[in-house]
Amino acid sequence: MIPVLLGVSIFVFVGMHVVPGDVATLLLGDKATPESLARLQHELGLDQPIYVQYYRFISKAIRGDFGISLRTRQPAWREVWWALPMTIELSICAIIVAILIGIPVGVLAALRQYSLFDSLSMVAVLIGVSMPIFWTGLILLMLFGGRLHWLPIGGILDEGIILQRITGIHLIDALVVGDTKAFNSALRHLVLPSIALGSIPMATIARMTRSAMLEVLRQDYVRTARSKGLAERIVIIRHALRNALIPVVTVIGLQLGLLLSGAVLTETVFALPGLGRLAITSLLARDYAVVQAVVIVSALMIVVINLAVDLLYAYLDPRIHYT
Amino acid sequence: MAKGEQVEIKALGQTRIVPVQRKAVSAPSLWRRLLRSKSAIIGLVIILGITFVAVFAAQIAPYDPIKQSFIRQLRPPSASFPLGTDEFGRDILSRIIHGARWALLAGILADSIALVLGVTIGLIGGYYGGRVDALVVWFTDVMLAFPYLLLAMIVVAIFGPGIRNAMIAIGIVYMPQYARLVRGTVLSLKEKEFVEAARAIGASSFRIMFRHILPNCVAPIIVMATLAVGWAIVQTAGLSFLGLGAQHPMPEWGAMLAGGRNYMLSAWWIATFPGLAIVVTVIGFNLLGDGLRDVLDPYLRGR
Repeated sequence: MIPVLLGVSIFVFVGMHVVPGDVATLLLGDKATPESLARLQHELGLDQPIYVQYYRFISKAIRGDFGISLRTRQPAWREVWWALPMTIELSICAIIVAILIGIPVGVLAALRQYSLFDSLSMVAVLIGVSMPIFWTGLILLMLFGGRLHWLPIGGILDEGIILQRITGIHLIDALVVGDTKAFNSALRHLVLPSIALGSIPMATIARMTRSAMLEVLRQDYVRTARSKGLAERIVIIRHALRNALIPVVTVIGLQLGLLLSGAVLTETVFALPGLGRLAITSLLARDYAVVQAVVIVSALMIVVINLAVDLLYAYLDPRIHYT
Repeated sequence: MAKGEQVEIKALGQTRIVPVQRKAVSAPSLWRRLLRSKSAIIGLVIILGITFVAVFAAQIAPYDPIKQSFIRQLRPPSASFPLGTDEFGRDILSRIIHGARWALLAGILADSIALVLGVTIGLIGGYYGGRVDALVVWFTDVMLAFPYLLLAMIVVAIFGPGIRNAMIAIGIVYMPQYARLVRGTVLSLKEKEFVEAARAIGASSFRIMFRHILPNCVAPIIVMATLAVGWAIVQTAGLSFLGLGAQHPMPEWGAMLAGGRNYMLSAWWIATFPGLAIVVTVIGFNLLGDGLRDVLDPYLRGR
């Protein structure tokens, strides 16, 4: 875990140094003279060899100091800290939507293999994994926001609603403050982006659940459970689904890691001030400090998610032990 | 005794023990089995159709895809403009037809970059083992710890925005997937007798890797390569949508979507049809990939 994160920091640090455009030049702008440029480069340590610069960067980064944002002149960690809850909120909503729809669809399709429902849901799955989420988002916006006016077109809260920031996760903040109006507003704003971001995990989960259920339903212990005279509902849920969930959990974990990439596009389409949006604005503005902070924080999350999936895997399947 | 060993090895060298997988790939029965799968046929037809459109784009497209016209801006779909016109008065249908070229090019080029780099790295890591392998594993783990789109965006930032660099970036980002796949397969293959036999007759490491081990990894690579074309098309379009790939006025599907975004409430057709083109193309590659997987790898069926 540590070597991987160190690797990520090296990759992004070197990457940011290879990107054309010098920080000192960007900072000084039009006022740059060769002397002032050299002085600033010296002050920032940019005239040092790259490994010295990296050492300075990483020893500060470990303590959470990622430098100052060129764009806002705020500490880079604070920029990330402000944007992160939005992305977490969006990702959790997306994965909840994906699980709530994906698993039941997969189970039903497996129980009625070769039925009309099975075929239709598998066609839907195929379309789901083939749709670019930025297009899905746009279509949802045009249809439910633009045409039908059921849901708002982008943003996170209706105009005029001010929500005190506690955790930064709007739904939780609104609940803590007890502001139902803000809660409803945030929820309505989150519906379309969650469906867009959740569409691919939803399809993948449905497909995986179906194939895992088909596999499990053929097993002897399912036949045993049935022949014991257990209710079909109990056989399906307690005996079949629990075992079928093991590969599904892995897929959910893998999809969670991929959501951060999808968030860049979803947040762009729906104008949400999250980590993905921050990544692309900082990259376009050559705001290196923030890009580095975003990448390292995202990599940390991905590594932690993967670890959590492994642990959950062991919990669901008692045969697996990690020593 | 020495003679007996030699004969045996020679015999092995001549007959070249070939595991089942290899037969499945090279035999013409693969085609027959593939064509029995309904989804693979639909996928093939879609891909052939898109390829035809891409090759003959100039002949098929009713209008110039780039020339602007200020008298026919934002026209809804009609008989003369089946899919409408965009904010610069360009025919959407013609732009989509020309965009097929960029989509296919993006899919194939990005996929090829990923395949060549990833397969090489995976082969080397799996074959040599030890420190080399540890380095390969670390390298792929690091790349996989990045959100892939962020990594692609950084690569584009290094080389500069543009469709070509976007394709390269997507290829680089997908590389670890091939590396992992091939490394895993090589690890399970390199202890097999046919590799030992090849080594015993004095084949070089290079020859063993590329002539003996690689052909046995072909089946999963083909499946991955087919599915990855669709993935690469979507991701390259995504970079264009973010403004990092194709630049104005290039008729590229992702860039067309980005343009249509500003008019989504007044002119729905601009953003709708290029996206539909992406979906259909990607469905084609996914169907073919799934069909190939069923034929080549019965264990993965239905996944």
